[in-house]
Amino acid sequence: MTSKLETEIQPNVERNSGQLQMLQRGVMTGIPIMLGYIPIALTFGVLAKQAGMSLVELTAMSLFVFAGAAQFMGANMLAVGTGAVEIIIATFVLNFRHFVMSLSFMNQLRRIALKSKLPLSLGLTDETFAVSALHSDEAKKEHGAFFYGGIILVAYLSWVFGSLLGGILGDIIPQSLSQSMGIALYAMFIGLLVPSVKKNLRIGLIAIFAMLINAICVQLGLSTGWAIVIGTVLGGISGIYLLGEKEK
Amino acid sequence: MNHFLIILGMSLVTMFPRMIPAFVVEKIQFRPWVNRWLNAIPYAALGALIFPGIMTVIPEQPIIGLIGGVVAIILASLGLNVVLVVIGAIFTVFLWTL
Repeated sequence: MTSKLETEIQPNVERNSGQLQMLQRGVMTGIPIMLGYIPIALTFGVLAKQAGMSLVELTAMSLFVFAGAAQFMGANMLAVGTGAVEIIIATFVLNFRHFVMSLSFMNQLRRIALKSKLPLSLGLTDETFAVSALHSDEAKKEHGAFFYGGIILVAYLSWVFGSLLGGILGDIIPQSLSQSMGIALYAMFIGLLVPSVKKNLRIGLIAIFAMLINAICVQLGLSTGWAIVIGTVLGGISGIYLLGEKEK
Repeated sequence: MNHFLIILGMSLVTMFPRMIPAFVVEKIQFRPWVNRWLNAIPYAALGALIFPGIMTVIPEQPIIGLIGGVVAIILASLGLNVVLVVIGAIFTVFLWTL
């Protein structure tokens, strides 16, 4: 009797602990995002409140939009009385870069079922994409979806609760510190990129191409959103020649 | 109420571009060169996200962002964990703006 029970329960317990372990590893991997998001989310909460949004509205925006730059822009446009259609179109343009990133991320997650891919795709931001894409091995492991879910969970909760707190408490971080924390996400991007460049210098070339193209587009007067899309797409094209079949 | 409609609109136009690729990769097998392109996207995106944006950390003094970036590159080259790279860069910018 006991042996029968054990054989029935054991696989389930093992599966659950495997999932939990991957989730925990994802959460740990996502900690740098939290470090970068919290000060920005607090600032968003403060600014959105000043722009005339209610606490419920600004939290709802973080819950349902989950896109930093677009939310700052949206709050500013609301404050100056811009029309709804214009705000929504501007949001689409600014966030269109996520389409390109998601195409890359979802291709990396091919082996994961659609029912897991869909919620993961909704959690894609510049930061969750950057961290997830540079941990591509987990996509091939069992319960890999939980690893990426963990990264997104930390990011999402930091963002939502950070903006709520900012709306409630106002400016709690001294200005000199919050200003310095503006470097956090850039430093995280650098911290992710450098180890890959050390392994393969060509990766550095791809990144530099993208930087230069982005800078040129900005100089030509394109909006940040389009400049990043064009820099990413064209920089990626250089990778078709620079990266071999197996390199990642 | 109007605000909520705007938030709903912003949410939808952000969701669709994120979601559509999940369906695309279910339906389509890419040629090898497309896969190479998609594999290079993260590095290109990192490049485009870092520069020139990093110069706007302290908008009046673009050099401070760049200095923070150089410190981050050095710390990351030494093999430090990303969290430490981030903290080191924050500390650098903080000292520079004192």
